[in-house]
Amino acid sequence: MNLILIAVAVLGLIGFVAALVLFLASHKFAVVEDPRIAQVAAVLPQANCGGCGFPGCAGFAAACVKSADAGSIDGMLCPVGGQPVMEQVAGILGMQAAVAAPRVAVVRCAGTCEVRPHGVTFDGAHSCRIQQMTGMGETLCAYGCLGEGDCERACQFGAIKVNPDTGIAEVDESKCTACGACVKACPRNIIELRPMGPKGRRMAVTCNNKDKGAVAMKACGVSCIGCGKCVKTCDKFEAITLENNLAWIDPEKCKLCRKCEEACPRGAIHAFNFPPRKPKEETPAQPTPAAEIQSKGQTAPAPAAEAQPQKD
Amino acid sequence: MKTFSIGGVHPAENKLSAGSPIRVAGLPKQAVFSMYQHIGAPAKPVVKRGDMVKVGTLLGEAGGFVSAPIYSSVSGKVSKVDVALDASGTRRMAVYVDVDGDEWEDTIDRSPELVKLADRPELDATTIVEKIKTAGIVGLGGATFPCHVKLTPPPGQKADCVIINAVECEPYLTADHRLMLEHPEETLVGVQLIMKAVNVQKGFIGIENNKPDAISLMKEKAAQYPGIEIVPLKVKYPQGGEKQLIDAVVGRQVPAPPAIPINVGAVVQNVGTAFAIYEAVMKNKPLIDRIITVTGKSLQQPSNLLARLGTPFQQLVDECGGLPEDTGKIIGGGPMMGKALISLEVPMTKGSSGLLIMNDKEAKRSEPQPCIRCAKCVSACPMGLEPYLLAAQSARQMWDEAEKNDIVSCIECGSCAFTCPSHRPLLDNVRLGKSTVMGIIRARNAKK
Repeated sequence: MNLILIAVAVLGLIGFVAALVLFLASHKFAVVEDPRIAQVAAVLPQANCGGCGFPGCAGFAAACVKSADAGSIDGMLCPVGGQPVMEQVAGILGMQAAVAAPRVAVVRCAGTCEVRPHGVTFDGAHSCRIQQMTGMGETLCAYGCLGEGDCERACQFGAIKVNPDTGIAEVDESKCTACGACVKACPRNIIELRPMGPKGRRMAVTCNNKDKGAVAMKACGVSCIGCGKCVKTCDKFEAITLENNLAWIDPEKCKLCRKCEEACPRGAIHAFNFPPRKPKEETPAQPTPAAEIQSKGQTAPAPAAEAQPQKD
Repeated sequence: MKTFSIGGVHPAENKLSAGSPIRVAGLPKQAVFSMYQHIGAPAKPVVKRGDMVKVGTLLGEAGGFVSAPIYSSVSGKVSKVDVALDASGTRRMAVYVDVDGDEWEDTIDRSPELVKLADRPELDATTIVEKIKTAGIVGLGGATFPCHVKLTPPPGQKADCVIINAVECEPYLTADHRLMLEHPEETLVGVQLIMKAVNVQKGFIGIENNKPDAISLMKEKAAQYPGIEIVPLKVKYPQGGEKQLIDAVVGRQVPAPPAIPINVGAVVQNVGTAFAIYEAVMKNKPLIDRIITVTGKSLQQPSNLLARLGTPFQQLVDECGGLPEDTGKIIGGGPMMGKALISLEVPMTKGSSGLLIMNDKEAKRSEPQPCIRCAKCVSACPMGLEPYLLAAQSARQMWDEAEKNDIVSCIECGSCAFTCPSHRPLLDNVRLGKSTVMGIIRARNAKK
């Protein structure tokens, strides 16, 4: 009996002393961290993708608090969480969230197996970067999608996949967070982050071929040959520029009129998420849907237009 | 018998064309001269559309010190200066010449008489190097490193021997073998010229003992050329690697990069380069043609062709009986280090030592299986690296670790992938890692 009492007393004493030491140590060596960092980190998606440019979500949270102390959190954007998360962050920090247009990854290649003849077969290790080192790859296009799926492996959100039927990467817009991991992974710089556009409607040149017309034409059925027809069509808005035999649509200037899509003799300009065009017999009525789209385009991006000056 | 000390493999030799004498290939209808025929800065075109050129007319001047000029190998009219598909698999700047006749520049001595070093006492080291530089000679073993750079040792470095690479360790290739059999004396004079250029008294010619006829002939001829010794070597791949050859012949180890052979006092040149140097210095002939082995198990007539640079590969294949029906892969170079071509339009360049037509059975790569940790790749690696580890680190983009494990020492010989029982694409990954790590190192040095 006595033995038990002694044991309990001794253990109890050791426990008390240890607790006291721990208590004092936790006070003495406490690291003072801004409590807001933990709060901000809590609302972040915890994807740790690095899409924001900081090392993980904790790094982004610390950066947000730091820039809030400096006066403003403009320019800070979590591409995964987007606007809702940034508003929460702004709420915690007592700031106004900058309105940023959501972006999405666009694969600038439409050279499916059908339109882009595959002359040879690559049987090395399945990696775009390794295939890129061998030169042209399987087709005669030195700029198009290699289809080995480096982007697919880089994406943490399952938003980009190589379609086995077409042999090119396709983006699932509902899952894409515009973190930019695929952009970095692609050895051919095919993927571009472009503004989502009103209702997801946007125009893009889905080709990356910088070869001269004749070579580009031979390589692929839907290649941009740098003819400049789209540039002429868009002379009113000057949204399209031609550089290195390749057209590029400036999303800030594009009014979504779809005229360039019609003008392109190669089908290299793609309109995303537009309703299907009306059948041909209604040709006289065509200005109406176009105008409708344009008016919609003007109503919807109003906040986006506001956002631009803030962004700068 | 001597050989290098670490690693190595024994691929089947398949020297199908060893017995066929060098044939002169016909002139192409159109020759395409890539401006990227060497390592270093590309040549700059100096002709324009419509210019008339002769054999030996300058088409592109050297783009820097580590660069080489490019001469026309045909006479005719420049039809365009534009991009062309080359053996690298990409489209790069090239000069197209429509061939018309065969007119040579007057400065080139086309007589077949042998000119010995004793006949030209006025030649000194500077003149020889200058002539080599002007003639656009690059390493003809396949690496195409501009020759004059190797013959100009960096300040403070001094070579004490010249080693000539005549091992031809790549399976199938026989161009160097035939060259030694048919032009032994010219080659030996070429070696003397290299020795004089770097001011050394000792020259070694390393020949693998699967070429006994070349060894005995060269030994017999070399008796008249003091200082040149023929070294028979045991057959082992990659004995033709610069560092492996130095180890095999003189038993010296070149340390890891950035060390180069001159740091251990050796200058290594290919036997084909020695012959080209003879022609450039003694005959005033720029590098406009070379011997290429066109071979393959299904090819009707495996041959060694003396072909003009710029000739499309299609024509060379036609001269050897046409492309076989069961062709699975066409390789520019040998089977171990060569590069698969995507088209036969590709023109021949200074580095084209061979053209191998593999049939579909040979060409098929087996499906990779998991690594069984047998370490065969480690024992095969002639640089003493751990290929399985480097490949895994490259695949996982662990560049810092790969750098620590000396990935830049890799000579890309392919022994690891050749020996792997699981058919893992080791070299594919290591090559990616090597080029990435080298890029990182360059960026770091640039920052400093």
